Amino acid sequence: MKLPVLLLLWFASPLLHAGEVKVAVAANFLNTLHILAPVFEKNTGHHLLISAGSTGKLYAQLHNGAPYDVFLAADDKHPALLEKEGLVMPGRRITYAVGRLVVWSGRSMPSQEGAQIFQQSGIRHIAIANPATAPYGRAAYQALNTMGLWHILKPRIVQGDDVGQVFQFVASANAQLGFLALAQVLNPKNTFSRDYWLVPEDLYDPIVQDMVLLKKAENNSAAYAFVVFMQAAQARTLIQQAGYKVK
Amino acid sequence: MPTELDLAPLWLSLQLASVTTVLLLLFATPLAWWLANTRARGRAVIEAMVALPLVLPPTVLGFYLLLVLGPHGALGAPWLQLTDTTLTFTFTGLVIASLLYSLPFVVQPLQNAFEALDRKPLEAAWCLRASPLDSFFSVVLPQAMRGYLTAAVLGFTHTLGEFGVVLMVGGNIPGETRVISIAIYDHVETLDYASAHWLAGILLVFTFIVLLVVYALDRHARVRVI
Repeated sequence: MKLPVLLLLWFASPLLHAGEVKVAVAANFLNTLHILAPVFEKNTGHHLLISAGSTGKLYAQLHNGAPYDVFLAADDKHPALLEKEGLVMPGRRITYAVGRLVVWSGRSMPSQEGAQIFQQSGIRHIAIANPATAPYGRAAYQALNTMGLWHILKPRIVQGDDVGQVFQFVASANAQLGFLALAQVLNPKNTFSRDYWLVPEDLYDPIVQDMVLLKKAENNSAAYAFVVFMQAAQARTLIQQAGYKVK
Repeated sequence: MPTELDLAPLWLSLQLASVTTVLLLLFATPLAWWLANTRARGRAVIEAMVALPLVLPPTVLGFYLLLVLGPHGALGAPWLQLTDTTLTFTFTGLVIASLLYSLPFVVQPLQNAFEALDRKPLEAAWCLRASPLDSFFSVVLPQAMRGYLTAAVLGFTHTLGEFGVVLMVGGNIPGETRVISIAIYDHVETLDYASAHWLAGILLVFTFIVLLVVYALDRHARVRVI
């Protein structure tokens, strides 16, 4: 084939492709979405384009017209706000997972330690996601506050932009402890220790993670297919295995 | 102005920019002098290294700094031993990051100024046995004043606008690493546009006034600064 023909095909390939779904995903669920994506793509022949960030940041982008078809948030508040603003397809706000907050050190931790881990020596920095934009950061703040530790530990708290950065702060040894989603620790690509402390659920408000199909995706059948896929048994099992609860 | 508007990030940025500018003027002077006068083969290598922060994405700098300044890093580990504090997530760490980030903005104007020096007065000073320090302050500095002003203004304003590197190594700690650009970013992310407008507006007006004063002085002094 001649070069111009090849170039033309290359430029046109997205059009020839079955369908494309632009997904905005909260950072905690990124690894899990990477597990789900190949399954969805194999099942349907559609293609996912994934952008990750904190829920608050992605919400602000959607609020300002970002071109995503589906938004997988880390809470139910921001999707509800989008719904109220009329940006969501009616009846297309669905809970896809309930998150579990863990404390992770990247090293082996005796499991019986519990909240004692904060008293260990050598804890210089504890990383949490920005509570103003990241639901897992908010949950971390709530948990520390309920335990009566927030004011004691505050000088050691450092904030990541989202839980992805929290993972990275701990993995690079800049922070000794970090509040993350369980799924980030269980992720097959995590080459560090998989030990964690599961934060008791009565210490923070439930992390109910909703997804919405945006009005922009009204005519995108691939986006509908993705929403249906996420509610089906196969996806729910994978989500559960990844470290979430499903309703 | 929103009553709860927090101006601490502004003061922190001004502090960071001031400390960085003063330190850079001190460190950059011998470096720029060497670059302006040497014929060593390594000169091009050093010049290229100095210019790197101009073109590298701040994330590259931020990534390396996170490792180097971290508790196991080449700088971070000895620092931890000496001071029992870390470099990441601290003001000191941000100063080190800013020194690198703004280095070319200070070195290059100084180097240009030194290269344009009239050598004769300097040779005269040497013949009169003036000490190197004396000849620097009496002969070099007056001639290179323009370069110093440019270097200081560019170094200061560029550090004031630093964002990506701080985002990666700062940890967003109020009063320590939450500089004005990070605070604006946070306000925008949380859709607090009122606070974002105020901080962004203050920064815009302030930076404009600094540049305006420099250009105005420039005209009166009949020397080009930027």
